[in-house]
Amino acid sequence: MPEFKRPHALTDAYLHYCPGCTHGIVHRLVAEVIDEMGIEGDTIGVCPVGCSVMAYDYFRCDMMEASHGRSPAVATGIKRANPDKFVFTYQGDGDLAAIGTAETVHAATRGENITVIFINNTTYGMTGGQMAPTTLPGQVTQTTPYGRDTSVEGFPVKICEMLSQLDGVALAQRVTVIDPKNIRIAKEAIRKGFEFQKNKQGFSIIEVLSTCPTNWGMTPVQALDRLRSEMIPYYPLGVFKEGAVR
Amino acid sequence: MAEKSLMKGNEALAEAALRAGCKCFFGYPITPQTEIAAYLSKRMPKVGGTFLQAESEVAAINMIYGCAGSGIRCMTSSSSPGISLKTEGISYIAGADLPCVIINVQRGGPGLGGIQPSQADYWQVTHALGHGDFHALVFAPSTVQEMADTVTKAFDLADKYRMPAVILADGLLGQMMEPVAFEDVEIKMSDASNKPWAANGHGNKREHNIINSLFLQPTELEDKIKERFKRYETAKATETLAVAENCEDADIVVVAYGSTARLAKSAAEMARKSGLKVGTFRPVTLWPFPEKELNEACKNAKKVLTVEMSMGQMVDDVKLALNCRLPVEFYGRTGGVVPSPAEICNKLKEMGGIN
Repeated sequence: MPEFKRPHALTDAYLHYCPGCTHGIVHRLVAEVIDEMGIEGDTIGVCPVGCSVMAYDYFRCDMMEASHGRSPAVATGIKRANPDKFVFTYQGDGDLAAIGTAETVHAATRGENITVIFINNTTYGMTGGQMAPTTLPGQVTQTTPYGRDTSVEGFPVKICEMLSQLDGVALAQRVTVIDPKNIRIAKEAIRKGFEFQKNKQGFSIIEVLSTCPTNWGMTPVQALDRLRSEMIPYYPLGVFKEGAVR
Repeated sequence: MAEKSLMKGNEALAEAALRAGCKCFFGYPITPQTEIAAYLSKRMPKVGGTFLQAESEVAAINMIYGCAGSGIRCMTSSSSPGISLKTEGISYIAGADLPCVIINVQRGGPGLGGIQPSQADYWQVTHALGHGDFHALVFAPSTVQEMADTVTKAFDLADKYRMPAVILADGLLGQMMEPVAFEDVEIKMSDASNKPWAANGHGNKREHNIINSLFLQPTELEDKIKERFKRYETAKATETLAVAENCEDADIVVVAYGSTARLAKSAAEMARKSGLKVGTFRPVTLWPFPEKELNEACKNAKKVLTVEMSMGQMVDDVKLALNCRLPVEFYGRTGGVVPSPAEICNKLKEMGGIN
C-alpha cells in the first residue's frame, strides 16, 4: 500500500487558504504530478497576484512571483531562456481572464511550451469578492450587489472555449475537484499538460472550476453544491482541444 | 580593435549587446528604435540567442523579468511611449533585484508626441521609472561608438548591483550613422553560472530560489529597501562617469548629455572664437549623477548653462549638485526640435554680455 503523505514538491508551510477553498487540492495535484514525473529540480513555477500570490512558499521547485496578469509573459521569458526546463503558471480568473487576457492569448497562440493552471472561482477572492470576468449572470458580488446584469457588465469569459480556437494550443481542458472522480480527471489533465511541455508540443491550459466559500457567503458544502448546480452548466467540463501542435 | 564599419546607432548597440552575452531580446516595434529589434531578429538565431517580438511593451518587460530571474542576460528596447508601458514591469524587476538592460531611444512626448529626437524622458528615467523606492542605472551615450561601448558596461553594472540599467539615447543617436569598431571578442551567450540566486531549476542540489517583490511585513520590506539603497550608495560613490572639456579657465560651463552634448560642444567652440571662455561638461551616467565631477568642472566658473531637448529636466539635478553656488540657466528646444549650435552660442553670448 502506498503511504498517503505530502508530496515532496510541496514545502512544509501551512497553506493560508480559507476552509473549503479548493486551492489546496489543486496545489497538491500539481505537486504530485511534479513528483511522479521526477521534475522538481527542473521546474520553475510562476505565481500570480490573487489568493495564490504566496504559492512560491508552498511549492518546493524554483518560483517567481509575477505582476497581476503577466504570468504567461514571465513564463515565456523563463522558458525561452531555459527551453529544456518545465515552466508552469498558476493563475486566478481575474489575473488570467481580465487584466492578463492579452498575455494569456498570445502565449497560447505562440504555442509557448508552458502549462497554465487556471483557477476559475467566479470572483476576485483576495480583494474580497468583486465581480470577475467569469462571474455568472445574476451572481451577486461586492461590485455587482444587484447581481451581474449582462446589459451593464456583459457576459462571462469562457477561456477554454476561446483558447481552443488557437493553433498554438495543445491542451485546453476544463476540470473540477469537487469529488474523488473529478480530482483524478484533474490530475490526469495536469499530467497531460506537463507531458505536452516535455515534448515541446505546445501550450497547455487546465481550467479548474473552484470554490470560494468565504466570498460566496456559503459553507464549503454549499459551495460545492453551487459549483455543481450553477457553474458546471455554464462552464461545461471536458476537453476542448487536445493534440500536439508541432 | 577590428576594422571600423559604418553603422546606425541602433544597430551598433544591438551588435554590442550580443557581444556582451545578451542571450534573449524581447521587444515591440516603435519608432525610432525599431532597428534594434530588426537587427537582433537577424543576428540572434545565428549566435544561439533568442529574439522574440512580444504582443506588447507590457509583455516584453515581463518576459525580461522572467528571463532575468532565471539568471540570463537579456535586453529590451523601446521609445518614450513604450517605456511608460514598461514602468510597471521595471518596478517589479527593481523590487526583485534583477539585472537587465533597457534601451530608451527617446522621441517627443507627452502622449503619442512625435517621432523626432527628444530628451523629455529624463525625469521619468532618472527619478520615476515605476512605483516605489528604487533607482535604475542610467547611461547617456553621445556617439554611435559609445552606443556600442555602453552596452557592456550597462550589463556588467546591472549584474554587479543586481538592478536594471537603462541606456538613454534619442532618435538622433539611434538613427545616425558613424564609423564604429568592436573589440574582437568571441560571441558567447550568458548563462546563470555566476548567479546563485537565479530561479532556473534547483536540480535537487540546493533549496528552492524565489524571485519576488512582495513583502507583507512593513519592517521586512523596509529592510529590503534599505539594503538596496546601500548598494545604490556604493554605485553613487564609485560608478559616476562624466567628460569635462576646457573647463579649467571657463567662465561659463555648458552642461548637456547625449546628442545635445555634441551640439553644446560645437556651440562652446563658436563662443570661444567670439572671445568667451566656455567649457563643456557631459554627464555620461545620469543616475548616479556625477555631482562631484560637475562641481570640479565648475570650480572656476561664474555661470552654468544647461542645454537639453526638453523644457528643462536635467537642469534640476545640475542645480541640486551645485547647491545654489552658481547661477544656472537653461536653454532647450522640445517636441522633436533639435537646437542648433548657433542658437546655443547666442544664449552663451547673452550670458556673457556679448550681443
